[in-house]
Amino acid sequence: MGKVSKQPHESRLHERYLRHSKKFPNVWCAGCGIGIVLGAIIRAVDGLQLDKDDVALLSGIGCTGRMPVYVDFNTLHTTHGRALAFATGLKMVRPEMKVIVVMGDGDALAIGGNHFIHAARRNIGLTAIVVNNSTYGMTGGQYSPTTPLGALATTAPYGHIEQPFPVAELAVAAGAPFVARGTVYHVQELEKYITQAITKQGFAVVEAVSYCHTTLGRMNRWGTAPDMMRRLKEQSVTLKQAAGMSEEEKQGKIVRGVFVDRDIPEYTQLYDQIIVRAQREAA
Amino acid sequence: MSARLMQGDEACAEGALAAGCRFFAGYPITPATEIAEIMARRLPQVGGKFIQMEDEIGSIAAVIGASVGGAKAMTATSGPGFSLMQENIGYAAMAEIPCVIVDVQRLGPSTGRPTSPAQGDVMQARWGTHGDHPMIALSPSSVRETFDLTVQAFNFAEQYHTPVILLMDEVIGHMRERVELPDPATIKRVERAGTTVPPEWYKPYENFPADVPPLVPFGEGYRYHITGLHHDERGYPTERPDEVQPWLERIVRKIERSLSDILLYDQDGIEDAETLVIAYGGTARSARHAVELARERGRKVGFLKLKTIWPFAEEVVEHAAERLHHVVVPEMNLGQLVLEVERVVGRHKVRRVNRADGEMIQPAEILAAIEEWEWVR
Repeated sequence: MGKVSKQPHESRLHERYLRHSKKFPNVWCAGCGIGIVLGAIIRAVDGLQLDKDDVALLSGIGCTGRMPVYVDFNTLHTTHGRALAFATGLKMVRPEMKVIVVMGDGDALAIGGNHFIHAARRNIGLTAIVVNNSTYGMTGGQYSPTTPLGALATTAPYGHIEQPFPVAELAVAAGAPFVARGTVYHVQELEKYITQAITKQGFAVVEAVSYCHTTLGRMNRWGTAPDMMRRLKEQSVTLKQAAGMSEEEKQGKIVRGVFVDRDIPEYTQLYDQIIVRAQREAA
Repeated sequence: MSARLMQGDEACAEGALAAGCRFFAGYPITPATEIAEIMARRLPQVGGKFIQMEDEIGSIAAVIGASVGGAKAMTATSGPGFSLMQENIGYAAMAEIPCVIVDVQRLGPSTGRPTSPAQGDVMQARWGTHGDHPMIALSPSSVRETFDLTVQAFNFAEQYHTPVILLMDEVIGHMRERVELPDPATIKRVERAGTTVPPEWYKPYENFPADVPPLVPFGEGYRYHITGLHHDERGYPTERPDEVQPWLERIVRKIERSLSDILLYDQDGIEDAETLVIAYGGTARSARHAVELARERGRKVGFLKLKTIWPFAEEVVEHAAERLHHVVVPEMNLGQLVLEVERVVGRHKVRRVNRADGEMIQPAEILAAIEEWEWVR
């Protein structure tokens, strides 16, 4: 009954958060997972009762980069790979704002890989959501930093010979205080992780595993969007389940869960202390 | 304010602070590093913020992000870093975000000679980013002028909602001069205009008088969209030809219609001159000396020092040169701004003086060029 009583409220979310003046439909292919991530972000923001004026949604370039234009926040569609660097400047001058950055895997980890690891190391208070579909969808299915070994891509017509980045593990190693991985199948879990990430003081990363059925999926005969959605359901395990599995059993599995949740001083708060100190010494 | 011995890079940092700069992002590079170091120390003293980013691409991106948040923001670099910044400089031009980019030029191309002066980035400052776009670039020739033009760069950026480039060179950046800075109370500061329209009626890129959009900083209740895609008056992407080109023409027009405000230059002795010397940046110092030497020898030489090099002072140069026989253009490159001079006054009138060996052009070299013309005649 809880879910039923939530219905009237849910049905008003699009009125409250989508831009009425924006010409719909959106750019995404039918069956794409990116809209599911956007829905999770909207429900997380709504659940936290954030003032829309205090929320900034930034993106880079690519299919995921088109996400901000549809929502009624302060939205900034930046250049390829640089969304975290733009967000760093914005967060420093507007530390009270909730700055959420959405990126694809190529955007966040190839062209923007340097900004990703340094934002994590610096621990600036941004929410970084990486929609990982393992390819460059907008340009038609080239291999990305998370394309699986052996997969076909338009730029790997004989099969991919590079190892993929494990996004969540990379973020943990780079120093992020909060890192979680969910999938676009496990929507409520994803919303929960995004809520935790927005609430976290510091650089919080959520990897949302998705798919691209129109490029990589088609080339590799991985089936339709529902087929690929089913794979997310069947091939993913929780961190708890993974703990009891051998390395061989974990091969090809998507491990979901909160990989780290630790307290590390946040950058803009530390900088405020720098200002106090500099002004005291100057006086 | 009392007189001080000050380096050009320091004057740039102090000028930025005086203009109201409260955010700096940069990456170490010779000969611009001092600007970052000074900003790291000085900005928190005035409640501003400094960050050393992981590269120059991140630096200009953070600067644009900070400006979207409402801060007057700046970065400083040299040729190699300036090249890395080009894509996002175009973003700032496209999305009409005010910011200041300082390029303390060193000898290129590539790593070149990091501690040697040059003026090789003149064309990169104008055309470094892709696509048609407006550009304002200022070039100081003394430490005091560096202070003044840095203030001016911020004022132009805020007034016209556009990136402004301060094109220094290693000589000016590292040179120390005795300077007297102006009383802070007398410094003119331009603040972002914003809007008087309530949020529900607000269209960020509506074509306002003077063609400058009334962009409001993020976080102040005006929620809107900013993108590097071609966009309509609401900031939403558009592919309509009837929206794209008129819009592009507007961002170029907003600069071109204000040339009387933007074009800064000094001129003297042009009225009865037979030869004109046009120079800018560090080279203008040698040129000024050469002009004085030539006048001592009885030559009628006019001097035009350009402080605004982009947009190019086409009509000023045309007017100054129309009665003259010859124009001499010294530059620490193989000939860049001279292409503009030649375009305006004709190649037959122009004598180039170029050095790209890491040394400054000596007054004697410019003097020789002035007198060579006399001999030819």
